[in-house]
Amino acid sequence: MFLETNLRRSGVAACAALMLATAPAALLAATPPETLVIADAIDDIVSLDPQEAYEFSGLDVVNNVYDGLVELDPATPGAPVPGLAESWSVSEDGMTFTFKMKSGITFSSGNPVTAEDAAFSLQRAVKLNKSPAFILNQFGWTAENVEEMVKADGDTVVLKTDKAYAPTFLYNCLTAGVASVVDKATVMANEVNGDLGNEWLKTNSAGTGAFILKSYKPNEGYLLEARAGHWRGDAKLKSVFMRHVPEAATQRLLLEKGDIDIARELTPVDIEGIKGNADLKVQADVGGQVFYLSFNQKNENYKNQKFLEAMRWGIDYQGLADTVLKGNMVVHQAFLPKGYLGALDDMPYTLDVEKAKALLAESGVTDPTLVLDVRNASDRMEMAQSIQNTFGQIGIKVELNIGEGAEQLKRYRARQHDATLQSWGPDYPDPHTNAGSFAWNDNNADDASTGTLAWRNSYDPGALNDITAAAVMEGDAAKRKAMYEDLQTQHRETSPFIVMFQIGYNSAMRNNVAGFYTGGAIDSAAYWLVTK
Amino acid sequence: MTASLPSSPWAGRLRGLGAALFSLAATLLGLLFVTFIIGRVVPIDPVLAIVGERATEAQIAATRTALGLDQPLWQQFLIFVGNALQGDLGTSIRTGEPVLQAVSRAFPATLELATLATIIGVLAGVPAGVLAATRPGSLADHIVRLVGLMGYSMPVFWLGLIGLLLFYGVLGWVGGPGRLDAAFDMMYEFEVTPVSGMILIDTALAGRWDMFVNAISHLILPAGLLGYVSMAYISRMTRSFMMNELGQEYITTARVKGMPEWRVIWVHAMRNVLVPLITVIALSYAYLLEGSVLTETIFAWPGLGSYITDALMVNDMPAVLGGTVVVGVAFVLLNLLSDLLYRLVDPRAR
Repeated sequence: MFLETNLRRSGVAACAALMLATAPAALLAATPPETLVIADAIDDIVSLDPQEAYEFSGLDVVNNVYDGLVELDPATPGAPVPGLAESWSVSEDGMTFTFKMKSGITFSSGNPVTAEDAAFSLQRAVKLNKSPAFILNQFGWTAENVEEMVKADGDTVVLKTDKAYAPTFLYNCLTAGVASVVDKATVMANEVNGDLGNEWLKTNSAGTGAFILKSYKPNEGYLLEARAGHWRGDAKLKSVFMRHVPEAATQRLLLEKGDIDIARELTPVDIEGIKGNADLKVQADVGGQVFYLSFNQKNENYKNQKFLEAMRWGIDYQGLADTVLKGNMVVHQAFLPKGYLGALDDMPYTLDVEKAKALLAESGVTDPTLVLDVRNASDRMEMAQSIQNTFGQIGIKVELNIGEGAEQLKRYRARQHDATLQSWGPDYPDPHTNAGSFAWNDNNADDASTGTLAWRNSYDPGALNDITAAAVMEGDAAKRKAMYEDLQTQHRETSPFIVMFQIGYNSAMRNNVAGFYTGGAIDSAAYWLVTK
Repeated sequence: MTASLPSSPWAGRLRGLGAALFSLAATLLGLLFVTFIIGRVVPIDPVLAIVGERATEAQIAATRTALGLDQPLWQQFLIFVGNALQGDLGTSIRTGEPVLQAVSRAFPATLELATLATIIGVLAGVPAGVLAATRPGSLADHIVRLVGLMGYSMPVFWLGLIGLLLFYGVLGWVGGPGRLDAAFDMMYEFEVTPVSGMILIDTALAGRWDMFVNAISHLILPAGLLGYVSMAYISRMTRSFMMNELGQEYITTARVKGMPEWRVIWVHAMRNVLVPLITVIALSYAYLLEGSVLTETIFAWPGLGSYITDALMVNDMPAVLGGTVVVGVAFVLLNLLSDLLYRLVDPRAR
């Protein structure tokens, strides 16, 4: 009895002590008034050097910490606007672009922004040759010639290209994170072993953006601090604190309790669950990734237009978007995601089993069986199972080959697949990014180094190659847009690709948060407009 | 006939130490080898995981060379061990951060959690086990066994989510996921000098009691949860060890001599229970130090478990290997410690 009583007493005492100790802390559960607190999974960040960053979370930081000559603006999504350059012009032959710098803008170090900084930054991107460098390599810039092709001249930056590309192609590419302008003096002061300051800039900032990077701890979070006198107008809040919270259920709890202001990775189930909560709201948006089926034309069946047509009518697009993919995907049936120049919004295909059966009969393909490669991710497997089911109703047997992502990719890159369910995210804010991959293949040989999505599917786009090549050179913006629309229409009717969905994102936030722009399909998040 | 030299007790101890060090080195080398081989034989190309979908063949080849993956396997292993001995565990492929730096940030977070959990487990588990053993078949015994069974069989991540929902979501008694509230978390890096990496210790040293209290409120739930699981194990083992001891003749003798029951249990029997119990506790502690992955994920706890798992997901082998080495060293050291304690409580082992 002695022991029991003692235990009971000490247990009660311990509980009471605990509650007392933690009670005042629990009362603190609100985010600091001048700080935006966000929870997201940010373990995709490889580097915060703008000339290296190439992942969603990293580019969000870059967008808020750096500016480029040309910028995208949340007020006019998709249209390039003056950034650090106030105006620009293109020469008669279309191969020389001159950008005049704005005056009076400073870096966070206090150094004034010069044309030399802008030229240095573009040269730096090409010389470092990190993942996003290819965006600039497209203009014929190489480590050897970039100092000739990109030059500062007084208060202007002169960019030469190797061909007369569509001016909008260059402007759009200059809005990408890789073309951000860094503070040459600060960066070079931190250079180690000729790395152009890369190691230092991975975790520090030297930009003109509305925020400076105060701290970054991989897999834990980052802290941005607003700086006074930003050329776009000062940020509304003093700081942004990003917390790496990988688990959606955890993000939801934090949001419901008011310990964070925005949760960016909630699942459709969580979004559904918070609908009744009057303190919270949900902002739906699309991202740039499109999900598609593609068929390897080494198999002659996949050159049969009637057979391809039958499969296009054999997918329950809307049914999937409304049920298993709810909130995760929206139906989208062309290779340019919504938000891009020339994107197509119409959706000509629906599930029509009878029509598909008739088309299959017309095609003359008998007892077709296809092996569909699918990554072992739940949304993809659910898509694949639905397709297996509806194709089965038409009379096309589908065997699923489910495997790990990197291995599936290896098969795909080696053209070893029969059919595959894949996704593709655009690389930079210009339509050529997807056109140049879905509809471009100038060498269909197995040992060619083309590597585009068209090549991977042994698909020779024929005349579409010419449209793709012409569209990227077209000087007239309106004509260029029409060319991409035409290209996509022909592509979806003749190619062995079936684009089905565009990814959707839901950001859930406290009711008092306003002005949060995620960047949609084409841009990155903007924190400077957020109020709370 | 020559008289043999009397062997000095110091020589014996040195031999013992030498043997211990040798077995430590051998264990670690074996650990490195197995992890390394597993990392290399999995049919996933680490290069492809890094360069992504767009890379050209030339970029892939360049990355392979840069990572030294084009060298023969044994050479890669030798380089890895050589660097590890100099304290260089390599650079994470994914984050570009030196593994040692990342691990030395993640490990204290896990250590703090595991230590508190083990303290809770021992403080609750040992008395509960004793209580159950001294009254077998009683209500108390049934409760202890039931609570233990629940701790054994319920998935930790589920308990974690329910715990968060109840104590944080509904009742608001404890802090939420993460090691500190956002407001403190932002300040922590700039206002507290990291000494141990363990927030409780560092904030106490800095005299930041507001942060200290906040850290406790965040720590108590995950630590309590892991402590509960560890308690379940410790109480069961204590119960069975204690019942075994209580049936021995020396206990009967002590009771016949009129010794107070608490003395019989807590002094005479406990001395003998302690010997196997130390091993049990050390094992449970080591298990928690591996980082309990699911708990760390749910509680957004930036510890070793989440670090290694995240790294595994993207086949970031330097990070996985580095993390494993640290876990291995901790495991071996704990074993060593339990060996030493064992000798301390059991005269026969001296």
